[in-house]
Amino acid sequence: MLTLLLITFPLLAALILFLAKSKTSKTIALALSVVEFIIALAAFGLYKHNPDACQLWFNVAWVQSLGIHFNVAINGMSLLMILLTTFLVPLIILSSFKNEYAKEYNFYGLIFVMQMALIGVFTANDGFLFYVFWELALIPIYFICLVWGGENRGAITFKFFVYTLFGSLFMLVGLIYLYNHTNVEGLKSWAINDLYTAGRSLTETQQSAVFWLIFIAFAIKMPIFPLHTWQPNTYVNAPTQGTMLLSGIMLKMGTFGVIKWLLPMVPLGLEKWGATAIGLSVVGIVYASCIAIVQKDYKRLIAYSSIAHVGLISAGILSANQQGIQGALMQMLAHGVSVIGLFLIADILLRHTGTRDVDKLGGIRSMNGNFALLFLIIILGAVALPLTNGFIGEFLLINGIYQFNAWAAAFAGLTVILGAVYMLRSYQNIMLGERKDSHIAFGSLASSDKWVLYIVVIVIIAFGVYPKPLNDIAEESVKQLMLNLK
Amino acid sequence: MKGLLIISALGIIAMLAEIFKFKKLLLPIVLLGIVAAYAFNFMEWNTSMSISYFDNMIAFDKMGIAFSGIILATAFFWFILANDYFEEDSNTVDHFALVLFALVGALMLTSFKNMTTLFLGIEIMSIPLYVLAASKKKDLKSNEAGFKYLIMGSFASAFLLFGIALVYGATGSFDIMQIRTYVSANSQSLPLFFNVGIVMLLVAMCFKVSAAPFHFWAPDVYEGSPTLITALMSTVVKTAAFAAFLRLFMVGFAGVSEMWTGVLAVVVALSLVIANFSAAMQNSVKRMLAFSSISHAAFMLMIILANVRSNLSVNALIYYSLAYSFGSIAAFGIVYNVTRNGNQNTDAFNGLAKRNPTMAFCMAVAMLSLAGIPITSGFFAKYFVFTAMITTPYKWLLILAVITSAVGAYYYLKVIIAMYFKTQVAETETIQVEKSQTLVIVLTTLVTLVIGIVPGLVANMFKV
Repeated sequence: MLTLLLITFPLLAALILFLAKSKTSKTIALALSVVEFIIALAAFGLYKHNPDACQLWFNVAWVQSLGIHFNVAINGMSLLMILLTTFLVPLIILSSFKNEYAKEYNFYGLIFVMQMALIGVFTANDGFLFYVFWELALIPIYFICLVWGGENRGAITFKFFVYTLFGSLFMLVGLIYLYNHTNVEGLKSWAINDLYTAGRSLTETQQSAVFWLIFIAFAIKMPIFPLHTWQPNTYVNAPTQGTMLLSGIMLKMGTFGVIKWLLPMVPLGLEKWGATAIGLSVVGIVYASCIAIVQKDYKRLIAYSSIAHVGLISAGILSANQQGIQGALMQMLAHGVSVIGLFLIADILLRHTGTRDVDKLGGIRSMNGNFALLFLIIILGAVALPLTNGFIGEFLLINGIYQFNAWAAAFAGLTVILGAVYMLRSYQNIMLGERKDSHIAFGSLASSDKWVLYIVVIVIIAFGVYPKPLNDIAEESVKQLMLNLK
Repeated sequence: MKGLLIISALGIIAMLAEIFKFKKLLLPIVLLGIVAAYAFNFMEWNTSMSISYFDNMIAFDKMGIAFSGIILATAFFWFILANDYFEEDSNTVDHFALVLFALVGALMLTSFKNMTTLFLGIEIMSIPLYVLAASKKKDLKSNEAGFKYLIMGSFASAFLLFGIALVYGATGSFDIMQIRTYVSANSQSLPLFFNVGIVMLLVAMCFKVSAAPFHFWAPDVYEGSPTLITALMSTVVKTAAFAAFLRLFMVGFAGVSEMWTGVLAVVVALSLVIANFSAAMQNSVKRMLAFSSISHAAFMLMIILANVRSNLSVNALIYYSLAYSFGSIAAFGIVYNVTRNGNQNTDAFNGLAKRNPTMAFCMAVAMLSLAGIPITSGFFAKYFVFTAMITTPYKWLLILAVITSAVGAYYYLKVIIAMYFKTQVAETETIQVEKSQTLVIVLTTLVTLVIGIVPGLVANMFKV
C-alpha cells in the first residue's frame, strides 16, 4: 500500500497545484514534495526492518483479459531510485525559487506528474505497466521543456520527443514479443517473472532481436553513443529544473531499465551482444569527454559530462557482474546529486553574471569565496575524489568492467582523467584568476540557492565518507539479481 | 434493426420539415431519434442470438450491434457539433436528410449478411456524401471535392460490383455464410476468377477506407469538403466501411486468407509509408488529418490482416474505431472553430493555449491520442494492433508501423507546438466556441482519456 501511496501522492499534489492556481505554488510544491520524501523514508525504514513487508507491494488487475496488472513493488534497487527521486524533487523545486515562471502552478504540477511516472517506472513489476509509466514520464517533461524552455525550443523538444518515442515503440514491440511467449497455465501474462521465463526460453537469435529492440529504448534515454544527439541541445534549452529532472532522474530510467528489464530477460542475447553495447558505451565516454573539454557554455559542458558518466554506468551494468551493477547503482545516486548541484551552479552563474561562457567569466572566487568553496566540493564529487560520493561508484564500476575486459576498463578509466581535465579547467577559468570583464559583479547568493548547495555538499561528503547504508541495500538487491542472471 | 428503421424514418421526417415548417425543431427531433435508436440497439444486444431479416439479407448479431453503437454515438455527438453547419444556408433540411440517409447506409454495412446488402449499404452511404462534400456550393474546392469523390467513388463501386459478380459466379451465392461453407468445402477446385473477384472486392473496400494506393481522393476531398462533413467522413463512414471490411473478409473469405493477406500486407505497407510521410509535409491541418486518417486505416487493416478468425480482432477493431472516432470528432470540432476565418494552415493554431486554453488542452489530448501516447485511448488501440500482429508472419510490417508511428508523432506534435509555443502574429482575439460544441469536445476528450485508462470497458466485448 505504501508503494501505491508513493505513486498516487504526487498525482494528488499535481491536481492540487493545477486546480488551486495559487500565488504561493512554490511553497506549496516544496511542502508537498517534502511530504513525499518523508513517505519514501518510511518505506526505507520499513524495508530495512523487514524486506518482505507486504506494505511494499500492491497488485490489482487492470485489464484482466489481457493479463495486465497494476502490480507495483519495492525491492532494494527500486528503493534506491525512489529515495533518489523523492530527495531530488524538493531540491529541484527549491532551486527554482529565484526563477519566475509564467503560470508556475502548471510548472510545479507537471514536475509532480513527472515524479509520479518516475516512481511508477521504478516500482512497476508488470511489463505493460512499466511501459505505460515509461511513456507517461515523457509527456510532462516535454511540456516543461516546450513551454518554459529557451530559444528554439520548438525544434529541439520535438527532436527529443520523436527520438524517445521511436525508441519506446521498439521496446513495446520487444515486450509484446516476450509477452506473446509467456505461458502461465495456458494464459499469457505481463508479470515480470513470467517475462523473464519467456525470454530465457527463446533461442539465441530471438533473444538477440529482443535485446536490441529493448536496448534501443534505454540507450536513447540514457543516452548512449551514437543515440545521444538529442541530449546536449535539449539539456541546454530546457529550463534549469527541466534539465535537472532529465539528467538527475530521468536518465536513471534507462540505466535502471537495463538492470531490471533487460539483463535477466535475455541472457543469451546479452552474451552475444553485450560486448558490442559496452563498446558503444566506452566510445561514448571518450567521445563525450573530449567534446566536453572544448565546450564554452558551462551548461553544455555538464550535458556532455553527463553522457560520459552514463556511458560508464551503462558499461558497468552490461558487464553483468556484482561489482559492475552495484557500482552502477551507487554511481546513479551520486551522479544524480552532483549533477543537480552543477546545473544549479550553471543557473546561478547565468543569473548573476548574465553569461555561462567559461571564457568570459573569471575571478569569481575573489567576489564570493563561499560560493567558490561549495562549487569546488561539488566539482570534486563529480570527478570522484576519494571521500566524495562519486568515488565508491566509479571504483566499483571500473572494477566490474575490468573483470569483463581489461581494455574496456582502461578506456572507461579515461573518464576519470578526462573528467578531471574538463571539470577542473572550467573551475579554474570561472572561479580563479583575474576578472575578465569588469562589468560582471557577483554578489551573495540567494538563500534558497544557498540551501540547495549546502544540502548537496553535505550529501556529497556524507555519502563519500559513510556509504554503507546505501551500499548495503544495493549489495543485497544485486545479489538477488545475480541469482536471476545465472 | 429497430435502430435502422428509426434512422430511416428520421430521414423522411427531415424531408417533411420544410413543408410542415418545423425546421427549428428538427435538431432536437433528430437527437431524440438517435438516442431512441441507440436504446433499441442496446436492447437487442441482450437478446442472445442474432436475428435475421428479409431472407437473411441483413442480421443484427453482436458484432453488428457493437459497431452500430459506435456509429450512433458518434453521430449523436456529430449532430450537436454540426448545429452551425445546418444553420449556414437555405437547404438545411436536405442536408439533414442526406446525413441521415448516409447513416442508414452505415448501419446496413455493420450488419449485412448478403453481398447485395453490402452493395446497397455502400451506395446508400456514399451517394449522400458525394452531395454533402460539394455542399458549399459557391466554393470551388468544395465542388472539386464532390466531383472527385463522385467519379472515384463510382469507379470503386464498379469494382465492387464486378467482384461480387465474379465471386457469385464461382460460388453460386451472395450469402456470405454460404460462400464461407462453399469455399471451405471446395478449396481445391475454386476457379481462378474467384481469386480475381476477391482482389476486386479488396480494391473496392480499400478505396472506401482510403488505403493507399487507392487513397488519392482522400486528401482533396477532406480538404475541400466543409470541415464538419470531413469529420463525418473520417468517423462514421470509416467505422462503417471497416465493419463491412471485417465482416466480408473475416466471415466470407477467412478460408482462403493466405490468398489475400499478402495483397493486404502490401496495401498496409504502402499506406503506412505514403500516409505518414505525406502528412509530415502538409501545411493544411485538414490535409494532414486526411493523411493521418489513411495511416489509421492502415493500422485498422492490420487488425483484419493479423487475425482473420478470432474475436480478438473484433475487439481490437471495435476499440480502434471508437478511439479513432472520438479523437477525430474532438479534433475536427476544434479545427472547425479555429479555421473559421479561412486560414487552414497549422499556424492558425498559433498561441491557442492563450486564446482558448480548454480547446488547446482538448486538441493536445486528441493529437496525443492519434499519435498513440499512453494514457489516451489511441495508445491501447495501437497496442492491440501490435499484439495481434506479433503472432503473424508479417513481423516486418510491425517494425514498419513503429518507424512510421514515430514519423506520425512529428505532425501531431507540430499542432501542439503551434498551440503552446508559437505566438500569434496578427491579432490576439480569443476564440469563442459555442457552449454546445464545447460540451461535445470536452466530452469526447473525456471519453478518450477514460477508455484509455480503463480499456476493459470496451476492449472485452467479445470473449476471446
